[in-house]
Amino acid sequence: MTKVLVVDDEPNIVLSIEFLMEQAGFDVISALDGEQALECVAANEPDVVLLDISLPGISGFDVLEALRSHTATVQLPVIMLTAHGREAEREKGFALGANAYITKPFSTQALVEKVQTLLGEETS
Amino acid sequence: MRTDALILSAVFGYLGLLFLVAAWGDRRAAQGRSIINSPTVYALSIAVYCTAWTFYGSVGRAAQFGPSFLLIYLGPTLAMMLSPFIIRKMVRIAARQRLTSIADFISARYGKSAGLGALVALISLITITPYIALQLKAITVSHAVLISYPQSAESILYNERFWMDRSLWVALVLAVFIILFGTRHLDASERHEGMVAAIALESIVKLVAFLAVGLFVVFILFEGPGALFTQVAQTPALSQLMHLESVPGGATGWVGMLILAFLAFLTLPRQFQVLVVENIDERHLARASWLFPLYLLLINLFVIPIALAGLLLDAGDPDSFVLTLPLSAGLEGLPLLVFIGGLSAATGMVIVETIALSTMVSNQLIMPLLLRFKALHTDSKGGLARWLLRIRRVAIVLILLLGYLYHALIGDSYSLVTIGLVSFVGAAQFAPALIIGLYWRGATRLGAVYGLIGGFFMWSYTLLLPGFAQSGWLDSALLIEGPWGIGWLTPYALFGLEGWDIYTHSLLWSMFINVGLLVGISLFTRPTLLEQTQAALFTEALHPNLPTTSHRRGQTTQGALHELLARYLGLKAAQQVFSTRTQTLSTFQKDQPAADELIMRAEQALAGSLGNASARVLINSVVRGEALDIESLLNMLDITTQTLEYNRRLKQKSDELTRIGKDLQSANDRLRELDRLKDEFVAMVSHELRTPLTSIRAFAEILSGSQAVPEEKRQHFLHVMVLESQRLSRLIDEILDLARLESGRMTFDAKTLDLAALTDHSLEAIARLQEQRNVHLEVTILERPANVIGDPDRLEQIIINLLDNASKFADPADPHVLLRLYKQNQHIYLCVEDNGAGIEPSAREHVFEKFHQLQPGDTSTGGRPKGSGLGLPISRAIAVHLGGRLWVEDAQVLKGACFVLTLPEAEPNKGNPAP
Repeated sequence: MTKVLVVDDEPNIVLSIEFLMEQAGFDVISALDGEQALECVAANEPDVVLLDISLPGISGFDVLEALRSHTATVQLPVIMLTAHGREAEREKGFALGANAYITKPFSTQALVEKVQTLLGEETS
Repeated sequence: MRTDALILSAVFGYLGLLFLVAAWGDRRAAQGRSIINSPTVYALSIAVYCTAWTFYGSVGRAAQFGPSFLLIYLGPTLAMMLSPFIIRKMVRIAARQRLTSIADFISARYGKSAGLGALVALISLITITPYIALQLKAITVSHAVLISYPQSAESILYNERFWMDRSLWVALVLAVFIILFGTRHLDASERHEGMVAAIALESIVKLVAFLAVGLFVVFILFEGPGALFTQVAQTPALSQLMHLESVPGGATGWVGMLILAFLAFLTLPRQFQVLVVENIDERHLARASWLFPLYLLLINLFVIPIALAGLLLDAGDPDSFVLTLPLSAGLEGLPLLVFIGGLSAATGMVIVETIALSTMVSNQLIMPLLLRFKALHTDSKGGLARWLLRIRRVAIVLILLLGYLYHALIGDSYSLVTIGLVSFVGAAQFAPALIIGLYWRGATRLGAVYGLIGGFFMWSYTLLLPGFAQSGWLDSALLIEGPWGIGWLTPYALFGLEGWDIYTHSLLWSMFINVGLLVGISLFTRPTLLEQTQAALFTEALHPNLPTTSHRRGQTTQGALHELLARYLGLKAAQQVFSTRTQTLSTFQKDQPAADELIMRAEQALAGSLGNASARVLINSVVRGEALDIESLLNMLDITTQTLEYNRRLKQKSDELTRIGKDLQSANDRLRELDRLKDEFVAMVSHELRTPLTSIRAFAEILSGSQAVPEEKRQHFLHVMVLESQRLSRLIDEILDLARLESGRMTFDAKTLDLAALTDHSLEAIARLQEQRNVHLEVTILERPANVIGDPDRLEQIIINLLDNASKFADPADPHVLLRLYKQNQHIYLCVEDNGAGIEPSAREHVFEKFHQLQPGDTSTGGRPKGSGLGLPISRAIAVHLGGRLWVEDAQVLKGACFVLTLPEAEPNKGNPAP
């Protein structure tokens, strides 16, 4: 079954995304900070990562950079999901290898569709 | 043995010696082997200051007034000590501009003014003629004393016809001498080497003669100074004379006489001649500045002993003691030597003074008049040069005759000293124009003219007129009652100034008027361009960057210039001017324009012979467009003063601009920083607002979606939405609070309140929350009431914020919070401690930054929303606004963080008890 990793320090946001992803038929694991996220990726090998930028400790950008620097995770689909809506941050996200960039607050439907699209590309 | 024939042959033999020495000096000068190019000769020539007045009159004055005569010699000593500042400057200026007399000097300083030069020459003539008369009188009297001793000299003096007077013949011989050695060259700025050599010899002769009579009186007549002074001490009238109080006019008399001698030494025409015009090398001043005072000391050494001896032995007229004392001892040779000494003192003065005066008369009085006659301009070549020399020669004879007439007609009614001092005060009138002109650029021609006229008038009124009255030429009632019986116009006590000696009195009033007019009028008149240039050249004379003379720009041909020089100076002199440069006569082309430098040199050559004012007139007659190149002059001068000043100001301005630029830069940087901070703030605010909104929107979409949500989850989601909404509105409130605090628009309801009571109230409000979190809260209030001034709502906001933070960051396992309230140093302290991890010292200030968030110890506390990161910045802003402080430190009791709020203690408000 497809596994989705949600990384966010806001428990209520994690709660809502967990519910959405489960409804869409994915397995959900979550992490509240960057280090936890990297551990989860190593341990659970998720199929897609929803990554916040403002995290305690290492930031979302740092996590993305770490993922892209490992051969195992260089292709792992990552969706930046953040309240930082400025163009500069969006560009930085793509430059570091993000597959998508969604600003908070997001449309739940669009989020689910984006995850499905990315996973579809991956499998095909 | 003392026959008239012997005396006459001694006199003329001595004069013949002078001729020989002068002729030798001139011949050596012509061969280029100067005998006077030595500082010693220079110092001896300055000793022309010591005239017959010194030789005979010092003893006379000492016999009458004690040691006061010394002041006449202390003044020049002072002037020589100051020579690096005054005389050196005069010498340098005179050499550069080829100035020939004090009249020429003053006229040059004030824009080469012919009128001012004429005025100085005229005043010199009036004030100095009596002084020449005084020398002639000294010769006559001393001769009479020598001839008639032991009878009184008066029988001879009153019975002789004037052609029998030896001084007339001496005057005529001197005239020949002066004409021979004083008018050898037309160029008066050239040295009269023969004359200077003769003067130096005369200075030696008079010194030797005076020392001889002094030694004779002290050691032969009295067997040493001890014996002399013992006898004096036994005569009360004499010992009193030697006290300093015997100076006329007391202390003011001392000072007045010193200043008078100082000024006269610089302004007497003969002193100017030997000090300035005849100076060969500026460096000679160094030795002369001590050698000349030494000469004065030697020649005055025996004045008092001779005076005392003369009084003790009752040797007749004190002015003749030097003759009568050796005569009374029956000596023959010594009196003759003394007579020759006196003769040398008198002739030295007459020679130099007459040369100086005749130069002034020809250059400052006659020449400017001649130049007014057009006819002279077209005279044949060199004719005028001969004319000018003739004028000078006639002037010499006339001046000497005038001196003789003065002596023959009115000289008898004055003592030697009186005439001398009257002349001194008259000559001193030149001092303001001379000395102020050397240092103050602002002194103008009109100021100098009126100062001179005013000073001369005062001198005439306070010294000359009374002299006439004393001679019986005027009603002597003038001296006692004043003119027309007006008491305060009495010449010797003007405006009621009584008790001063007449010379100090006259000096004071004449200088007061002279300096007052000079300075006053100068301040209100505008100098011409030429005046400004000359003033600058004079005042800055010692500056190394100074150009040698004023540059001028004008147009004329070399031919015209040559013709002019030939006409006035002779062909030879004209050729010299044209050939002294690298360019020789072969390059002389009649129709070619003359270079600026050539015009300048021509003017200098003319100035040396005709005086600077006439030279300027003549040059202007052939040079079209007298445009002084003042720019180039000022350019050079400006290095000293104006440019420096200008540069200083410019630098000041530029420094100022740099500073303003830096200020602007830092203001700009600050603005940029503020702008960046504002952007960041907006970004942070938007980020913080988006976070709760994200949850709310997500759950709202989930709940409104197609799929059913289990009831239990639905309730939970709704609860989260409510909490996040509350968080959102709280956040908005805080952002608005902060904005209002920062812009100063927040209104405070400030009043005196009891912080202890307010704390109680806050604890009640938060009690339920603390219970939920299981926080163990301890409260210690040591001050009650704790009066402070503040807004109760805002203060409560701070207290709740601190308690809330403390409970959040306390050890989650066993949360403890301690609140303490106490007073210290007129401040109320409110401390909130927790038992959490504490805050690193380096991070302590960051907690007060906006949106800075510390992670609570336990991050997994489910639905509990985080803080906004604005609570502490808001609390601190409120505290500061109320005059207090808020900071964080180590907890003292619980080992976590301790937030401390302090507020100044307030007077209890009796009418309005704290809440």
